[in-house]
Amino acid sequence: MKSLRNKLMPLIAAGAAVALLSGCEVPIGMEAEQIGYRGTGMEEVNNPRLQAKLLEANQIPEPQPPASQSGPKAGDVYENVKVLGDLSVAEFNRLMNAITEWVAPVEGCHYCHDGDNWAAEAPYTKMVSREMLKLTRHINSQWTSHVAQTGVTCYTCHRGNPIPENTWRTHGEPPQAGGFAANRYGMNLGSASVMYASLPYDPFTPFLKGDKDIPIVPLEALPQRLGEGEQRVSFMDTYQTYGLMMHISGALGVNCTYCHNSRSFLTEETTPKHSLALIGIRMARDINTSQLEPMAGLYPEEVLAAHGGEVAKVNCLSCHQGVFKPLYGQSMLKDYKGLN
Amino acid sequence: MAEYQNIFTQVQLQAPADPGVELKDSPWGRDGKPFFSYWLGKIGDAQIGPVYLGFTGVASLICFFVAFEIIGLNMLAQVNWNPIEFIKQIFWLGLEPPPAEYGLGIPPLNDGGWWLMAGFFLTASILLWWVRTYRRARALGMGTHVAWAFLAAIWLYLVLGFIRPLVMGDWSEAPPFGIFPHLDWTTAFSLRYGNLFYNPFHMLSIAFLFGSALLFAMHGATILAVTRFGGDRELEQITDRGTASERGALFWRWTMGFNATMESIHRWGWWFAVLVTITGGIGILLSGTVVDNWYLWAVKHGVAPAYPDVFAPGVAQ
Repeated sequence: MKSLRNKLMPLIAAGAAVALLSGCEVPIGMEAEQIGYRGTGMEEVNNPRLQAKLLEANQIPEPQPPASQSGPKAGDVYENVKVLGDLSVAEFNRLMNAITEWVAPVEGCHYCHDGDNWAAEAPYTKMVSREMLKLTRHINSQWTSHVAQTGVTCYTCHRGNPIPENTWRTHGEPPQAGGFAANRYGMNLGSASVMYASLPYDPFTPFLKGDKDIPIVPLEALPQRLGEGEQRVSFMDTYQTYGLMMHISGALGVNCTYCHNSRSFLTEETTPKHSLALIGIRMARDINTSQLEPMAGLYPEEVLAAHGGEVAKVNCLSCHQGVFKPLYGQSMLKDYKGLN
Repeated sequence: MAEYQNIFTQVQLQAPADPGVELKDSPWGRDGKPFFSYWLGKIGDAQIGPVYLGFTGVASLICFFVAFEIIGLNMLAQVNWNPIEFIKQIFWLGLEPPPAEYGLGIPPLNDGGWWLMAGFFLTASILLWWVRTYRRARALGMGTHVAWAFLAAIWLYLVLGFIRPLVMGDWSEAPPFGIFPHLDWTTAFSLRYGNLFYNPFHMLSIAFLFGSALLFAMHGATILAVTRFGGDRELEQITDRGTASERGALFWRWTMGFNATMESIHRWGWWFAVLVTITGGIGILLSGTVVDNWYLWAVKHGVAPAYPDVFAPGVAQ
């Protein structure tokens, strides 16, 4: 018995070692590209196996066949066209077909239209779509500093889903014992939002809805005397910024050195990508507060209540979906002038 | 002699269990019936036990148990007493220090109070265990080198969780309990204080840490290599230098021009090991108290170089 146990031990140990390593990524075949001054570790590391999958998931749909731009305007022919009235009837219908393919390919036209009266202000999804069209135009006209001429379409976020897969809401804190049990402070749970760090799992409410300061790195070498009402940057501030950065890193599929020279996270050590990211953060904040939150009134109460009384909001992942440029920078906007 | 040319210990003594020397002036006995383990014999002595616990040992274990329960039960409460979630989340769960607004005050239990209490009991446990290492060494007529080395590690622990927060006037500066939480705290510390790699005491600590590993490998390899000449009798060879010592010394003198001695190599190892945490503790203590941004400090003192611009001006697309 004892000798059997002695013989089994190495086998058990080998089995345990294999089991422990089974979840690991094969560390070979990674591609590194130098992006900064030599010897500073400024590089982008890509995993070709993941890249292949991402590339496949980010193919854009074929554009709808071109339509005549002349002829009567949609606003004159159809009733109650408030946003796209300037399009020709043919282009208008072409765009409607595209939106159906992008947003409700299974549900079809009736996801947003009343079959008996296409012009009716019902169902609620129609009013929401109208606001979403305005939102798309808002991004493509006001935020070219982030989306450039590539722009966005419904497909950038929706990808064939009526509700985009990558959105966030403030509510939804997992249950925690009350009373005098220690507070979790909104962190220390494995969460995809911060790439499974133990950091605050909602870095969005403070930064992409609120306008909490992101920088946490001191600007002076030595500690400074605090002014009246000033507070030292705390560990909690640091965790929140760090959590947002983990989100960005995961959402764009890049590491820290895409935007930062990680020897110092001060702004003057950043790459030009950093300024794009800063604009992106402001854009997400603007979309959430000036566009999406005001839409709350359009949803029936029971629909809103099913989601904790809160509209879905965007973060970097909503558009980027694991890629440094959404859909690898392929522009769909150029084929649909109604969204501009 | 080939038995020494193996990564595992080849010699296992087969003898009746040895209870150790007679205990003098101690109301506490040794506990546990000794037994033998073949597999532990591969990496150490095959005899397990007995253990001398004594007053400090028992008190230390009780304090540790209290701290462990406070941390563990609070983690369980944080997943709403769900045992499956507890196991799934165990690496992420943590017990956080009080938020900054409490300063050094006593916060409510759910707002950092448990952290303070767990810290108190864990510290008591560690200090009692230190007393035990000191007193057991004395009881065996040994020097107290182990106790002082242990104290060097306790110094770093106390700086992190007690002394530095005291100096900063804020418990929230201390690390949380928890596996990933304390690792994320470590990264957050470096982010908050401008990159710890530019902290010269952190540099020293790393140098001593890696140096300890190097010295340990050099020493272990040397002794194994000269064991065939009796080199494993290191202590005898300190004063009665035999051919094993001569050959080991010659080897290093020929390869790098200098050699330690059978005695001094152990002092090298001890000092390198204790200096890891002594210098590390100094580095932590200076962060936020004396230096706020180590990178900028390093720029100021010519440590961190400036690199040429590689990016064209303007916004990238």
